[in-house]
Amino acid sequence: MLIFIARRLIATIPVLAMVAVFVFLMLRLTPGDPAAVIAGDSATSEQVEEIREKLGLNRPLISQFVIWSAKSLQGDFGESFFFKKTVAELIVQRIEPTLALSVCTIVLAVLIAIPLGVLAAHRSGGWIDRVVMGFSVLGFSVPVFVVGYLLIYVFAVQLNWLPVQGYRSFTDDLGEFLLRMILPSVTLAIIYVALIARITRASVIEVLGEDYIRTARAKGLTDRVVLMRHALRNAAVPIVTVIGIGIALLIGGAIVTESVYNIPGLGRLVVDAVLARDFPVIQAVILMFSFVYVLINLVIDIAYSFFDPRIRY
Amino acid sequence: MTARVEDQVEIDVAATAAAARKQGLLSRVAKNQSVAIGAVIVALMMLIGLAAPLLGTVDPKAINPVVRNVKPGIERNVMQASGEMAPRKFWMGTDSLGRDIYSRVLYGARVSLIVGIAVAVISIAIGLTIGLVSGYIRWLDGIVMRFMDGMMAIPAILLAIGLVSLWGAGLVTVIFAIVVPEIPRVVRLVRSVVLSIREEPYVEAAISVGTSTPLILIRHILPNTLAPLIVQGTFICASAMLVEAILSFLGIGIPPDVPTWGNIMAEGRSYFRIHPHMIMFPGLFLAVTVLAVNILGDGLRDSLDPRLGKRI
Repeated sequence: MLIFIARRLIATIPVLAMVAVFVFLMLRLTPGDPAAVIAGDSATSEQVEEIREKLGLNRPLISQFVIWSAKSLQGDFGESFFFKKTVAELIVQRIEPTLALSVCTIVLAVLIAIPLGVLAAHRSGGWIDRVVMGFSVLGFSVPVFVVGYLLIYVFAVQLNWLPVQGYRSFTDDLGEFLLRMILPSVTLAIIYVALIARITRASVIEVLGEDYIRTARAKGLTDRVVLMRHALRNAAVPIVTVIGIGIALLIGGAIVTESVYNIPGLGRLVVDAVLARDFPVIQAVILMFSFVYVLINLVIDIAYSFFDPRIRY
Repeated sequence: MTARVEDQVEIDVAATAAAARKQGLLSRVAKNQSVAIGAVIVALMMLIGLAAPLLGTVDPKAINPVVRNVKPGIERNVMQASGEMAPRKFWMGTDSLGRDIYSRVLYGARVSLIVGIAVAVISIAIGLTIGLVSGYIRWLDGIVMRFMDGMMAIPAILLAIGLVSLWGAGLVTVIFAIVVPEIPRVVRLVRSVVLSIREEPYVEAAISVGTSTPLILIRHILPNTLAPLIVQGTFICASAMLVEAILSFLGIGIPPDVPTWGNIMAEGRSYFRIHPHMIMFPGLFLAVTVLAVNILGDGLRDSLDPRLGKRI
């Protein structure tokens, strides 16, 4: 067990290193002078020179990379050009809303998607199945922000049940926080529900064809026990995997959702940074989200071996 | 003489069999309901995009402050090019600069479809080349795949945003910014096909008669990747249209004066509470088009690769 975990941990190091190389090279391999790209069209040559000096762009590529990665590992991502703060400070400030939105969305999506998928598999070919599958194709096709504005228009503007936009920290006022989280998490959960429900359905259908399900039925167990205890548990691995892989979709969706609902999180930060050509911030946020994505999937992989003793790599 | 006749017969038989197989595949594709529905809607959208000037539209970039924020279906008097005033009905209303949303939405179909198709074609072309070569040449495989793993670990939209921020906004840069995150996904698909095909007896036979590696790749391995790539291509096309709209909507994609569905929605953001039509019409067109492409892809997957269809 320990050997497996150790091996899996070591296997992520090259991936993380490659992410770092890629994020580092993005700026350096851009055609033209990176310092001029960052400074923008209206910059003077002194400003360009200052940026070049600040980022160490006049040193050889390898030593730039070593310095940059050593600093990044210590949490030093440099200073934001636009916000006039260190990037690390900015990220710490903006992390709470994004984290809250993501957690609410994952909880909501799992609570909706797994029962839907199991139901669809149980009555495979029936009307519930058709509705669930239809919804899942639709969920992949409707842009997040269109769903967002539609929900705002119906529930906030027309019905006036929920606040339109904005964020309130849960440490300030839990009720307000939850009220303002409902629409954004529903918006963001839709694509995630589509993904999870589809995989749940497929893997439960596959498991339902197994001999032990027939045995369980033959013993006279009720449908619910067969579905929940035998089918769902054995179908869990692909479902949990897709929840992990779906984090990438969630991150992309969070950027848009935060813009629609005016939530001051990391997604808004990255959009503002792009508009202000604030490259240290963009780089740090991309790096951070990618690391989080890889680490979540690592944790999920390791978690399997606890849930399912058959899995050994 | 007899030998030649027999050869001829054999060739004929082989040709008919191949033709029958092809026909079977094509008719299976054609019979599939999802393919038909998806293809019809996509074709319709293409037609709308192409024929936009003929469908009663005006210049989609023309600004007219007199008719700002008109609600859909309202008739207003508008100054013609000749200087006369004539009534015009705004089917989808106008935006805050008085531009006709109906015209902008119709012209917007062009950009979305161009981006979707271009991203699918370019990312498949690049991914196919890398995948074929790295799947077949062993020593290259490890290095390439580690790099691809690293790229895949960066969420696609985030990577596209990062690239656009460096390359600047524009149609070509947006297309390539969406292509880059798609490449590793295509490479993985192609490589998995190559790895299973390279052990087939006919590839070994080709090696043993001295066929060169590039020829083996093109003649024996490439054809096997086509069916899964066509399926993957439709899904790439659908997601590329969504990502383009997202980038434009966030204000970091294609320049705002170009009529794209994402741009129309971006301009409608601040007026949305009073004028939801500014977001809903382009949103509806975008959703229907992406849905059609996705349905087409589902249908193609079921008919081209029945094994895959059952799994998901």
